[in-house]
This record gives sequence, structure tokens and C-alpha cells, in this order.
Amino acid sequence: MKYFYYSGCSLEGTAIEYNLSTKAVMQALGIELIELEDWTCCGASAAETTSDLLSVVLPARNLALAAKMGMDCDFLIPCSACYLNLRKVDERLNRDEGLRDQINEVLQEEELSYQGGIRSRHLLDVIATDIGTDMIKAKVNHKLSGLRIAPYYGCQALRPYGGYDDPEEPHCMEPLIEALGAEVYPWSMGAKCCGAGLMTTKKEIAVELTGELLKAAKGADCIATVCPMCQMNLDSYQKQVSRAKGEDLRISVLYLPQLMGIAFGLGEEALKLNLNMAYTGSLQAKLRH
Amino acid sequence: MSEEKREIAEGHTAEDLMASIRENIRACMQCGTCTGSCGSAFAMDLTPRQMWRMIQLGLVDEILASRTFSLCSSCYYCTLRCPRGLPLTETIHALKQLAVAKGLAEKKGARFYQTFLETVRRYGRVREMELMARYFLIMKSPVLPLRFTPLGMRLMMKGKVSPEMPKFFGSGKLDAIFRKVKELEARS
Repeated sequence: MKYFYYSGCSLEGTAIEYNLSTKAVMQALGIELIELEDWTCCGASAAETTSDLLSVVLPARNLALAAKMGMDCDFLIPCSACYLNLRKVDERLNRDEGLRDQINEVLQEEELSYQGGIRSRHLLDVIATDIGTDMIKAKVNHKLSGLRIAPYYGCQALRPYGGYDDPEEPHCMEPLIEALGAEVYPWSMGAKCCGAGLMTTKKEIAVELTGELLKAAKGADCIATVCPMCQMNLDSYQKQVSRAKGEDLRISVLYLPQLMGIAFGLGEEALKLNLNMAYTGSLQAKLRH
Repeated sequence: MSEEKREIAEGHTAEDLMASIRENIRACMQCGTCTGSCGSAFAMDLTPRQMWRMIQLGLVDEILASRTFSLCSSCYYCTLRCPRGLPLTETIHALKQLAVAKGLAEKKGARFYQTFLETVRRYGRVREMELMARYFLIMKSPVLPLRFTPLGMRLMMKGKVSPEMPKFFGSGKLDAIFRKVKELEARS
């Protein structure tokens, strides 16, 4: 198995542990990731609030770089916002000829072109659909026995495009968690919003939304995430959210590939667990058993 | 671009945007599924359902004066559940664009995005520390940075962000693409 790998900007900075743990786990599974040296930002949620054309051109530039390489591979994208933006290009290009021409007129500035056809896929989709539980079970040598993990999918990995799971009641992470030897913490918040970028611009709302999630996760040992934005909202503001809600809401929040890596016995250094903002002593103690 | 020409270009954009916004919402039957699905509705002055009706009635200024559209976190629940299949989240993005085009955008959100795209144009990628530094500079608020200082310090101690200072001059990595997008938008 081989994929173009689009890490995106967050995974070079605040979510570096998501990047490195994803690569480590893929390597352990024998999956090749092809990185595009000259990739640029997908526009995140900023471009779409400023210019519609810019919001498709920025992700299209990356697809055009991949198209130039002439390889028949899907894109693997760990960040949900990047995934949404890259996927949006093909969704819109195929129903709007005029837009296709406009995108290419802009890309021509860098002697690039993109006519569609490369599939953009979320990391979770690739793990659940292409890799699957059998391949994962074969790699597990440190079962996460006794751990209760709350699967958190967030929004844009599932909506509006998705297609690999139920966009309102997703379940695809559950067999993966069980394949690692852990228990699925039952909750109904897996697809609810954490507030996303509102944490920067409208903090009180994001604190409220994140607070509801953390309250519902009480009783789990850990929340599993698949998005750098969800991760940051859930793990970096726990003190402020606890204060706002008047109760202790601290809990470990780890990326799904980090949990996979622990079960594969890859070690804390390879998975960069030291970089997580919320990796509690009680979870560390449980994992040492 | 001269002041006059820019006004004309922006006038066009605002008109086009409004036309496509009204077209998107034409079939709304006011069922309120969107409001019931919205995680931020509790903090809105107009509910999403009310806002769609006001679009149908052409009450743009009232909508732009409300805080509703700026509270959307793009979770896409309303789009997913709309029984008429209307592109509701996309329409909110268009309202955000309209607010910017009309110079009415609420300061914090619009400036954050403007700063964000400025670092993308310059470097091709977002450098998070620089983004926040520029955002604080443009907001000219002495207290805003303090709200983010504890997290910034923790991120720095983990080596996840480096205290780089912004560069203000020189050409940017994506200048050509940004310029061309502007040119095409002015043409349409």
C-alpha cells in the first residue's frame, strides 16, 4: 500500500506528535507514504471566509503537485480540515466546468494543472477501510487491556463528505480500539463539535462545547482523536474548561495512531507522548502494567 | 487598483455574493432542523432558521448586524440534516465573505483569518507562532495576548512552537497565486 501523504501545517507545529506517530505506525504496518516536498497550506477555514476561488485553489495546488508525479495513489490526510479542503476540490470540479477553468488559470501561474481524479482520504478512513482490524491485530504485542477509550471523531472527518462511516453516529473507530485490546467507552458525543476555531475568536462558546465533551468523557481513561484542532481544544484548555464548569475535567487525550503505536510496542519516544498536553499520570501508570 | 475601481470590484462581489446566498436558501421551508442541530445556537441572537427567512426577505443589513453567522464552527450538522438538501454551511461562509466585502466583518474573527492568509501568502504554510504574533499586533489589544500566554508558554516548553519574529518585507511564496485569484475575481 502506498499513499501521497499530506501532513498540513498544524502537524509541523502544535500537532507534531500526530505527524510522527502516524508515520511510525504506517512504517510498522509496511505502508509507504510519499511526501510532496513543495506542499503548501490548504487554506484551512480562513480561505473560505475570504474568497471562494482561493479556497479551492489552495488545496488544488497540492493535488496538482501530486498529479505531476503521475502515480496512481490516493492522498492520505490526518487533519480533518485539510481533508475537507482537498476533498472539496474534486467534489466541486466535477460539477462546475467554469470553476475547473478558473482553478487552472490560477495554477498556470506556477505551471501546474489539475483535472481531478485523485482521491483525498482521511487517515481514519484509510485505517478503518484499507488497513482494517486483521492487519492491526497482527501487529499488536502490548494489548491495551483494561483501558476504556472514548472514540472522538469530530466534525469534518465525517461531514459533509465522509462516506466511510455514518456521519451522525460513527462507529468505525470501535473495532479498531477493540483490536488494540482496549474497551470502547460508550458515549454519544463522538460526532459532536468541539468548537473548532471559535476557541481563538469566540472562546466562551468553544469552552462550553468542549466542556460538554469532557464531562461526557468522565469515566473513560482516554479520549482518542483524529484531528489536530479537536485535539488542541480537548487537551490544551482543560484547566480553563474545568474552572468554567466547576468540576475537575482533566483526562488524557491521545491521537489514534499514538494508541496504535503503544499497542504495537513502538515506545514513547517514537510516538512523542512527551509532547501531549494531556497525558495523565494515571493513564501512564495503567500503560506500564 | 485605484480607490474607485476597488469600490466597483467590491460592489460587484457583494452583489454576486448576495445573489448566490438568496439562491441557496430559496427552497428553505422553515422547518428549523438546522437550529435544532446547531451546537452554537445557544449563543446566537438570531436562530439559523430565522436567519434563512430574513435572507429570503432580503434583510441583509439586519443579518450582518447580528452575531449569528460569525458563531458557526463549520460542523456541517445543519447541511447534513437539511431535508431540502440546502448548502447551509457554505451559505454561512458566503455571509462571512459578504461581511468582509462590505467592511462590516466583526473585528476579531475577520482579522484572525486575514492574518492567517497573510502568513500563507508569505510562506506557503502557516507558522503558528508567527500567526498569533501578527494577530496580536493587528488587534492592538494589550490584554488579548495574555489570554493565550499560558498555552503559548506550555507549547514553547514542549518545543512545539519557536519564538520566530515576523518578517514584514520581501516577496511571498504564493504571491502569484494570490494575485491571480484577485484578478479573476475582479473580472467576473
